[in-house]
Order: sequence, then C-alpha cells, then structure tokens
Amino acid sequence: MQPIISVANLSKTYASGFYALKNVSLDIRPGEIFALLGPNGAGKTTLISTVCGIVTPSSGRVTVDGHDILDDYRAARSLIGLVPQELTTDAFETVRATVTFSRGLFGLRANPAHIEKVLKELSLWDKKDNTIRTLSGGMKRRVMIAKALAHEPRILFLDEPTAGVDVELRRDMWALVRALRASGVTIILTTHYIDEAEEMADRIGVISKGELILVEEKVELMRKLGKKQLTLHLQQPLDNIPPALAAYGLTLADKGNDLIYSYDARDAEHDSSSIAALLGDLAATGIHFKDLQTTQSSLEDIFVTLVSDRK
Amino acid sequence: MSNFNIFAVRAMYHFEMSRFRRTLMQSLIAPVLSTALYFVVFGAAIGERMQQMGGISYGAFIVPGLIMLSLLTQSVSNAAFGIYFPKFTGTIYELLSAPVSYFEIVLAYVGAAASKSIILGLVILATAATIVPLEIEHPLWMMLFLVLTSVTFSLLGFIIGIWADGFEKLQIIPMLIITPLTFLGGSFYSIDMLPPLWRTISLFNPVVYLISGFRWSFHGTADVGISISLGMTLGFLAVFLAIVAWIFRTGYKLKT
Repeated sequence: MQPIISVANLSKTYASGFYALKNVSLDIRPGEIFALLGPNGAGKTTLISTVCGIVTPSSGRVTVDGHDILDDYRAARSLIGLVPQELTTDAFETVRATVTFSRGLFGLRANPAHIEKVLKELSLWDKKDNTIRTLSGGMKRRVMIAKALAHEPRILFLDEPTAGVDVELRRDMWALVRALRASGVTIILTTHYIDEAEEMADRIGVISKGELILVEEKVELMRKLGKKQLTLHLQQPLDNIPPALAAYGLTLADKGNDLIYSYDARDAEHDSSSIAALLGDLAATGIHFKDLQTTQSSLEDIFVTLVSDRK
Repeated sequence: MSNFNIFAVRAMYHFEMSRFRRTLMQSLIAPVLSTALYFVVFGAAIGERMQQMGGISYGAFIVPGLIMLSLLTQSVSNAAFGIYFPKFTGTIYELLSAPVSYFEIVLAYVGAAASKSIILGLVILATAATIVPLEIEHPLWMMLFLVLTSVTFSLLGFIIGIWADGFEKLQIIPMLIITPLTFLGGSFYSIDMLPPLWRTISLFNPVVYLISGFRWSFHGTADVGISISLGMTLGFLAVFLAIVAWIFRTGYKLKT
C-alpha cells in the first residue's frame, strides 16, 4: 500500500545549532491513526510543523500523497488539516467567520452547509455567532479542530489535542477522531497521554532527542515489549526463594507473602508451558498459594523504558 | 490545484477588511478627525491670513500634503499591524501551512491595507472639500498617485510588520521617520520657499517627491517635475517589492 505521507531522511537543525530532527524516516499509511510519542523537546512538533510547511527542513524529503512538500506544496498542503498545540485563535472573530476563513485559505469555495455540519459535529453550532474570546478553553480547542476540518482534509494532524481539556471533551475528541478515521481520514496525533495512544492508535512512533526510536503496530509493540507478571499470594510466607525454583528468576514481595514471576509476553506465547512448569515445581517444593493474578505492562511503562534506555 | 489560489486571497482580504470595519473608529474616524482639525486650523482659521501659494489659497494648498500625511502613516500602520497581529497571536501558522504562495499573502494583506488607505484618503478629500475651496486639475493622476503611494507604503508597512517583534517597533518607523519626513517634505509649504541649502537637503527627503507629485495632480504646480515624482514613487515600490521578495525567499522572521 502506498504511504499517504512519506518522510525520508529528514533532518532539521535550527539556526542556534540545535538538532531538532536527525535523519527521520517514516511512512504513514492511508486511513490509520498514528500516535507519535515522545518527551518534551523530542521533536514531535518540529516533525509535524515540517510536514505542514511551517518549518523548513534542513535535509531530507517529505511527500504527501506523492506530492513533494516543497516543490508541490499547494497539492501537499491542501490535503492536510492541522490542529496546533497552542490555542491560537483570532479573538475578535466569530466562530463561523474564522472557520469559513480557514476553508477559503485552503482554496475552496464557501460551503455554508459543510461549515454547519462541522460546527454541529463539534457542538459549536450554538456558538457560531459568538466571538472566540468569549469561549471557554475547551470550546476554543473545538474551534481549532473545526478550522482544521473546514477544508475537508484527508490527513489530520493533532498536536497534543487533549492537553488541558476536561474528561468529557477528551472523550468527545476520541469519538470524533474515530469517526474521522471511519470516514477515511488519516490521523497523526502527538500526545503526552499514553492512555490516549493506547486507546486510539493503530501504530505508535516513539521519538526522542530528534530520533525516531521505534515505529510499531500498537498491539505488536505491547506484545513484544510488554512485560507480563504473575503474582502468587502464598498461604505461608517465604523467607527465601528455594534453590529448586532459582531458574524462574522469582522475587518475593509483601514480606514474603507474594511470589512474583515476570516474563515477556513473547516468551509466554513461545513457551506456554512455563507457567504450568512453575506451578508444578511450586507444588513439588511444597509451596501453596491461595490466589493469583496476572498483569501486563501498559504502553506508558513501555514508553518510559524505551526513552530511559536512550538516556 | 490551480496556480493561483483566488479563494485564499479573497479570504485573507475580507478578513483584513472586516477588521477595518470592526475598528472603524480607530481606522477611519480618528485619522479623518485629526486631519480635519488641520484643515480647520491651518486652512480656514490661520490660512485666511496667509498669502496665496502660487495663486492657490493656503487651505487648498495643504490638502494634498495632509492627505499624503495620513496616507503614508496609515498605509504603514495598517499593513504592519495586519501581518504582525497573526505573528503575535500565533495564527500565522495557518497562513504558513495553507496552500498559498507568498505572492498571494502579500497581494491580500498589502491589497487590504492599501484599500483602507485609499478609502481613508478619499474620505479626507471629501471632508477637506467641505472646509476649503478645492479643485482637482488631474483627477486620474490624483487617483494614480493615491493608489501607488498606498500600495508602496503598505508594502513598507508589511516589511515592518514582519521585522517587528514587539508593538513598540511597529510604531517606531511611522512615528519617528514617516511623520517627520512628511512634515518636512512640504506638506505645509513649498520647498521653493526654503533657503537654497535647506532646499537641497529637502531633495534628499523621499516624501518631497510624493507630496509634490500629488500636489501637481491637484493644482498643476509642483516643487519637482511630475516625471521625477512618478519615477521616485515607482522606485520606492520596486525597492520594497525586492525586500518583500527577499523576506519570503529566506523566510526571514517567518519560518524557522
């Protein structure tokens, strides 16, 4: 499948000498939700801004649906909608006027019906004649999204879309993103909320210090890198791990009441008998448990591990 | 997609003109009122006690200079503020990420600023006609100078708006350069009235040529030849266009 965005060997060095992006290569598939994760200053916004035309690349090439972002910028940019991180709005304009302005800016004839549809979908229709300065922060965020959708883009960049918004709006936005994806829009989002990426994304990219560390299917990433943990709540506490169980790398917790077995999700698949073997060996050494539970590391755990490994 | 994004130009132009309508008091009424006060004081009150200037009443003589004073300062201010404000609020991201060329951005923003100035100039002219007796010998030339000067100094304002990184810088050039040059450029007098040395120095003031040409279109007399005035105006236009082209080629203060 042809990528809708292709980033090849992209680097960006600012005038100060700061390397914001180092040889980044990335393909975005049409119709997917791609989450770009990374700590502050990792290069997420620089990458998005470069694709959108706001930042000039130092080297490398970016194409959007086959159109080079420099040589064929009109065609490339007309496909993209951008919701920036900051709430940058024309305070004295009305909601409808600013959204209509955005549509015109992207070279489309006025279409009041489409503007009405977008405003209704974002629960902004009642506020259409309000000036933006009178709106709450959450409403302003919705206006930013409405502006980005005014020209019916095929690709939507959401840079920290739910930063500082309340739970209700966050869930509304997730629903909107899903609906957009269902209509064929490709979505690239950056977020600090790992649960957001976990909830929404098809694929995850992790960027740190300007380098793309990893790009992986979310499910595969969690399967590959996710740690599983089996906790056995013992009937009698243990002082030490018996030598017969040393091969399992067990640890004790809760004053010897809990016995913990950690294993990779991959290992569990490849050697499904390991837990059964452990349980058998426990019985053979006379260790009995009253309860057990398993947990799997979250995307946040994986992200923290990946980024801290790079430090 | 076509090579000219007419809808974007329209959108940006209308956006700027709607700001003009929203701020009518500041954009139109304030400059018209202050210029009208000049006409009342120097034209109707003091002017009647002054000698005629080349057969023209003093009140009528200062009309072109006073229109030019407002035209230059307002063109610069309108265009500078028009492009600085999106930079200040951050909404410039939308222009930079839209499928618009730099030419289209300049066309819309400078076009809107020049339109405001032309409207302002014509309103001041109409106001002046109610206070002092006025005739325009070359109306087409008058319109040509009005349009050319508005566009040229709107381009200068656009450059200032890109360059400025604070509201103070927006005001520096109109207040400290444009206004003094206009006052000393023959708004209230003919430079022929000056001693030879000061007359020579005045010829280094570019605004002299703008006022002179504009005055010629009203009264048929001027401090310098009409072709020189037109040439200087076009020269400024060319210089400012070259600077704007350089700004966009390099992304100066716009892109990182």
